[in-house]
Amino acid sequence: MSAPLLSAHGLTKAYGSRLACAGIDLDVTEGEVLAIVGESGSGKSTLLSLLAGELAPDSGEVRYRMREGRTRALADLGAAELRRLMRTDWGFVRQDARQGLRMAVSAGGNVGERLMGMGERHYGRIRGQALDWLGRVEIEAGRVDDPPSQFSGGMRQRLQIARNLVTGPRLVLMDEPTSGLDVSVQARLLDLIRRLSAELGLAVIIVTHDLAVARLLSHRIAVMRAGRVIETGLTDRVLDDPEHAYTQLLVSSVLAA
Amino acid sequence: MSAAIAQRPEREPGYNFAYLDEGTKRMIRRAILKAIAVPGYQVPFASREMPMPYGWGTGGVQVTAAILGRSDVLKVIDQGADDTTNAVSIRRFFARTSGVATTTRTAEATIIQTRHRIPETPLSEGQVLVYQVPIPEPLRFLEPRETETRQLHALAEYGAMHVKLYEDISRHGHIATTYAYPVEVAGRYVMDPSPTPKFDNPKMDDCPALQLFGAGRERRIYAVPPYTRVRSLDFEDHPFRVQEFTQPCALCGASGHYLDEVVTDDSGGRMFICSDTDICETRVAEAAR
Amino acid sequence: MTALLTFQDVAKSFTLHLRGGIVLPVVGGVSLAVEPGECVVLGGPSGAGKSSLLKMAYGNYRCDAGAILVRDGGAAVDVVRADPRAVLALRARVIAYVSQFLRVIPRVSALDVVEAAGREGGLSEEAARARAKHLLARLNLPERLWDLPPATFSGGEQQRVNIARGLIADRPLLLLDEPTASLDPRNRAVVADLVREKLKAGAGVLGIFHDSEMRDAVATRVVDVTQFAPQARAA
Repeated sequence: MSAPLLSAHGLTKAYGSRLACAGIDLDVTEGEVLAIVGESGSGKSTLLSLLAGELAPDSGEVRYRMREGRTRALADLGAAELRRLMRTDWGFVRQDARQGLRMAVSAGGNVGERLMGMGERHYGRIRGQALDWLGRVEIEAGRVDDPPSQFSGGMRQRLQIARNLVTGPRLVLMDEPTSGLDVSVQARLLDLIRRLSAELGLAVIIVTHDLAVARLLSHRIAVMRAGRVIETGLTDRVLDDPEHAYTQLLVSSVLAA
Repeated sequence: MSAAIAQRPEREPGYNFAYLDEGTKRMIRRAILKAIAVPGYQVPFASREMPMPYGWGTGGVQVTAAILGRSDVLKVIDQGADDTTNAVSIRRFFARTSGVATTTRTAEATIIQTRHRIPETPLSEGQVLVYQVPIPEPLRFLEPRETETRQLHALAEYGAMHVKLYEDISRHGHIATTYAYPVEVAGRYVMDPSPTPKFDNPKMDDCPALQLFGAGRERRIYAVPPYTRVRSLDFEDHPFRVQEFTQPCALCGASGHYLDEVVTDDSGGRMFICSDTDICETRVAEAAR
Repeated sequence: MTALLTFQDVAKSFTLHLRGGIVLPVVGGVSLAVEPGECVVLGGPSGAGKSSLLKMAYGNYRCDAGAILVRDGGAAVDVVRADPRAVLALRARVIAYVSQFLRVIPRVSALDVVEAAGREGGLSEEAARARAKHLLARLNLPERLWDLPPATFSGGEQQRVNIARGLIADRPLLLLDEPTASLDPRNRAVVADLVREKLKAGAGVLGIFHDSEMRDAVATRVVDVTQFAPQARAA
């Protein structure tokens, strides 16, 4: 099997005396969805920030297989290289769309920004791609010039996905992308994420507290508690036959996962 | 010296030459030198309180004060005119505090301080054009955080800059930004040319004169050295274009100049005349001869 | 090794941490094999661990001891110890699992559900589409339902979509957990035909069928799981 696309080795981060992440090892490769589940405060959001290079770990490292095939530690990339990676080869779908979108810029501008950031300077092509992607995330073409401030919560999340996927990234990080949405809206979004990640062969790391989301989307799962991964494995095995006491508690606390 | 140059005025006692103390001028000159060395890059400087409110050109005034020498000839324009309040008071300020000669003639000036225009008369080597700048950061409308805009400049991430132009086209069918139109300097930094009409953007490119930009409230100085490539941002299928006027100047008959609309009476009468008063008056006088 | 699936001395229990760590033994000393062309039916009362055995073979349940070998081409993969990616690879190429429940994907039409399963199982898009239509027709699912999402279908209709989805690809090992529970005799006969066709093509089946008619129609051998009953232990 080829080297994983992204791997973390012994990632550790403390805030004062509190360990937010302690010795985390994980990896993910193309076509694979990894869910990180746990309650709030378990360290899963810190972990996502460490993986994204937004936070520097106290120890440990994140390695990534670049497009040209070489695997490199994120810490060895310069700021410019890291940011270029983020806006071309990576996507990041935020829980709060206001952090992931430009709320005053039209939907088309939001999707086009990453293309323009990569040097695309042809308005017609940018707009064509924006319309294509709005269609793929099921936003009507007629809304292309409306700003996301006029969109519903579900549409904003779909727009975030289009904005991230337009440059053909290989890795997408998602932080609670469906929380705060109505159940029917959630289902539609989950279906979209599942379809696109399979079609495009994306590696996805999704942080969620919702085990149903993890079950529907992910192949593998890592259960976090107090900064540690306490159980990891096949998603359906961990959820249907949990080994660790805490995982059993999590699974049994859900009405229908 | 030509007749158009005003009499060399008396400097008022009690002020250091050009108002600022020599230490402050040295500090500003250092910022200017750095700005020239890194074209288009915004250099922070310790902007001083000036005896005029922000928004009246305190940035430009400090730059002018720092570079002004006794043999300089100063021209000050506001929206192209030498005779508006802002231009008159700044010109008088320097006349009183430095005693240097002043002029309204573009060709005779060594330093031209300007608000919102570049003179129609082509500038030449040895001249310095000093712009008054209200908001130096071209990315500000998209990104309110200074730490983030500095990162974007440092890494030359200017995709967001084109988002503004994209928004224009999607809304209006063409790039509707008509002033403060962003430019890329020397193939590197994106710069706000101050609220000049985009009509003037081509004049910045490969200009023989030195162009200095001062923002007093925002405490930034930036520069375009002589003969530097200045390119207006655009799209391949929506190339940069300057405004075109359908009629010539109603006073001097010039075409190819930037025109202001002037309301002439209470019944809707109006005319279009050169915004650059110096070139307009010169042409009118020549025509009368 | 010629068997498609081999249980070697497998044991399984559940430890219920939330109930003071009680250990519930499920099965012990399980050894059995499924050869190509063979349909091994698990017998015994409910609660004897029949479904657990299927889930262990599918990698859905952990095992305490033993090995479960699944033949993948020339190699044998131990599902008990294989890492998650290897198990997923087996599921993609080798093992089909059909339960009586259709896990419904919202808003996806019945035909697309079946076709997608075919593509995931290695069929081309055209082949998957053609086979999906063929299977749904054979299973007597009215054509007007094909373009509708199965969420609103009756139990029997959902089950037929599920069977089509499980059988569309050419996976050599089928794990069938009462796939015909709510089907009428006519459709049960269709499923029996489909299973026999798979067997004839060299596939192996490990299945649970409560309905004796269905069992008699497909079983080559019945294994009584009560023989695997573990010694009860307390925590």
